[in-house]
Amino acid sequence: MSSQRPRRHLLDVDDLSRDDAYRILDTARALARTLDREVKKLPTLRGRLVVNLFYESSTRTLSSFELAAKRLSADTMTLRASGSSVDKGESLRDTAETLAAYDPDVIVIRHPHIGAPHLVADAADALVVNAGDGKHQHPTQALLDLFTIREALGRLEDVSVAIVGDVLHSRVARSLIEGLCLVGARPFVVGPPTLVPRGVETLGCGVAHKIGEIAEADVVYVLRMQQERMDAAFVPSLREYTSLYGITPERVRDGQVVMHPGPINRGVEIDPRVADSGASLITTQVRSGLVVRMAVLYDLLTAPRLHVAEPVLEVA
Amino acid sequence: MTVLAWRNGRRDSLTIRARILDPVGRIDLPGVVTVEDGVITAVEPSASAPSSLVVAPAFVDPHVHLRTPGREDEETIGSGTEAAAAGGYCAIVAMPNTEPVVDTASVLAALVEQAREEAVVPTGFTAAISKGQRGEELTEMAELAAAGALAFTDDGRPVVSAGLLRLALAYSAVADRPLALHCEEPTLSHGGHMHEGAVSARLGLAGWPSIAESVMVERDLALAAYESRPIHLQHLSARASVEAVRRARATGTRVSAEASPHHLCATDERVRSLDPNAKMNPPLREEDDRCALVEGLLDGTIDCIATDHAPHARHEKDAPFEEAPFGVTGLETAFAALHTHLVLTDEVPLEIVLERLSAGPALALGLPVPRIAVGEVANLVLLDLEADWTVTEAGFRSRSVNSWLLGERLTGAVVKTVAAGSVVHAA
Repeated sequence: MSSQRPRRHLLDVDDLSRDDAYRILDTARALARTLDREVKKLPTLRGRLVVNLFYESSTRTLSSFELAAKRLSADTMTLRASGSSVDKGESLRDTAETLAAYDPDVIVIRHPHIGAPHLVADAADALVVNAGDGKHQHPTQALLDLFTIREALGRLEDVSVAIVGDVLHSRVARSLIEGLCLVGARPFVVGPPTLVPRGVETLGCGVAHKIGEIAEADVVYVLRMQQERMDAAFVPSLREYTSLYGITPERVRDGQVVMHPGPINRGVEIDPRVADSGASLITTQVRSGLVVRMAVLYDLLTAPRLHVAEPVLEVA
Repeated sequence: MTVLAWRNGRRDSLTIRARILDPVGRIDLPGVVTVEDGVITAVEPSASAPSSLVVAPAFVDPHVHLRTPGREDEETIGSGTEAAAAGGYCAIVAMPNTEPVVDTASVLAALVEQAREEAVVPTGFTAAISKGQRGEELTEMAELAAAGALAFTDDGRPVVSAGLLRLALAYSAVADRPLALHCEEPTLSHGGHMHEGAVSARLGLAGWPSIAESVMVERDLALAAYESRPIHLQHLSARASVEAVRRARATGTRVSAEASPHHLCATDERVRSLDPNAKMNPPLREEDDRCALVEGLLDGTIDCIATDHAPHARHEKDAPFEEAPFGVTGLETAFAALHTHLVLTDEVPLEIVLERLSAGPALALGLPVPRIAVGEVANLVLLDLEADWTVTEAGFRSRSVNSWLLGERLTGAVVKTVAAGSVVHAA
């Protein structure tokens, strides 16, 4: 597999410069205004084909990519792992090459294994958007979270964000830490030592293990306890986790906003009274998901020059 | 009892004019080596020898996966030994984690027979420590040794039970063969795909921490000392492991130790690309671990360089990182990688690399030490230290192409290999 990849894919938050990130956020803001119109469809990507290739179940990511492509008038095709040749043991490279025969402009892929989008990018000619690969990256989630914070607080620079919970198994956390660092915000992670990966501070975030530390944050970003990705007992019980790290009304300070990538485990990592309160931006995040994914598709398909002008920043 | 088996070739006659470098014989001079009917008949100085060519004792690889029997689509004794010849080797040792496992004298005898027909260079075989490598019951070591087993190993997996390893150590005295140990504490490496550290934190890949190797190294050294038996530690990767071997040897434990070219030359930074050819077991570690391996190579704590040549079918290796199997090929690139990354960077002198590729592993496994001396059977490698070449799939003799060096430009090439008196490779 080639280790050099063109910069135009969105596989990783690292594929973005600070200017790229702000340009996408500005585009999303402009697109958000069009959603207030009576006719919400834009002709921008007419005749383009966006393929959604989903090897993991997903509600919000898949629906928002589908709707984003449709709102921009692109043709869409969605393939889920169940019921397709994927089920019959076809290799990912073979599937990618089969899809490439339809000349898609963009392949959006979600896969349980790290690096799957990179392999598809290597096998097919299309631009590839990583919609989540294992515990690695989920760059459009990071962009929609940045968009949500920027619209809610009016800025990103110097915003302090506490990322709370199961960092070890979270692609959302990894992407968000990098995204926040990219735009000049200040992330720190808070969680039990067994769920904070060794070496995470090298990504540029602070590390704390006591829940009281979230008091200094502007944003409390609650991670989902991903029991489905755990292969061992990382905490003695969910009950103990909730009592130590659950986000309750008492732990949220006035003026803080609370976010969560969904789907939420009510009463585990977040108290329903917080999830449903005025401090919660959780439904705003879903709305942001649509406009940010529209902006990403628009940016990939209409402004390629801006990307190829940049040098390839690839670690050998 | 035959320890090494190969297709007996011609006994060739040739003269080699080059810088003669035999670290064991303390020879380093420009000269001419004359071989007649496969035997070295003259070693003479000659001022006119080209300085970029070096003739040295050919290499011995203590750790090769020939995938035979069972996965001949990945490698055969023929293709694997062709690759070894191209890499400058005059002897290689195959691991027993095949399908079926080499755990009975009949499987081993069939392999030896096959090697007599197919092997281009002399090939030795190891047998499993435990039946089926399941870590439960000992194999019939005495009978296996009589059938030609060079050593015993469950390579590919550790001997998890300390009790079973103790029995194996004690019983190996009957067979008079060393145990070669793959050190991995499975509850610590459990599910890990790469070294645990900054890069794994960044990528989200489950970590296989260095402590999972070094605690097992410490345990195995303690058991070997208790039973007063020699052990050979395979593919060390971590600083703490090297330091443990150094301490144990200082107190009299008989231990030899390998490091692979990839662990000596590369770090986990390579995994950032998510290239499955950067996935091996043990995993590539941090720069500090790599430096410890180099220090070990320099002071002799690491006395063998072993490729751990592990061919994999393209369709299995070309998968997302977590799905891809562990292992990379290495026979055909070992010298060039070490020369490019360690010798030309002034980290390790050429003569130490040559010694650890040849006499070191031969002594560790009780094989004859290749020498450049009158009367010796010719086991020679001719190296061009200035040759630049690019590693490509098309260049391999191995049936598999899962090299960690694909696309890289290397300096230093094997020009000619003479094994057991016969020219087995000429570029």
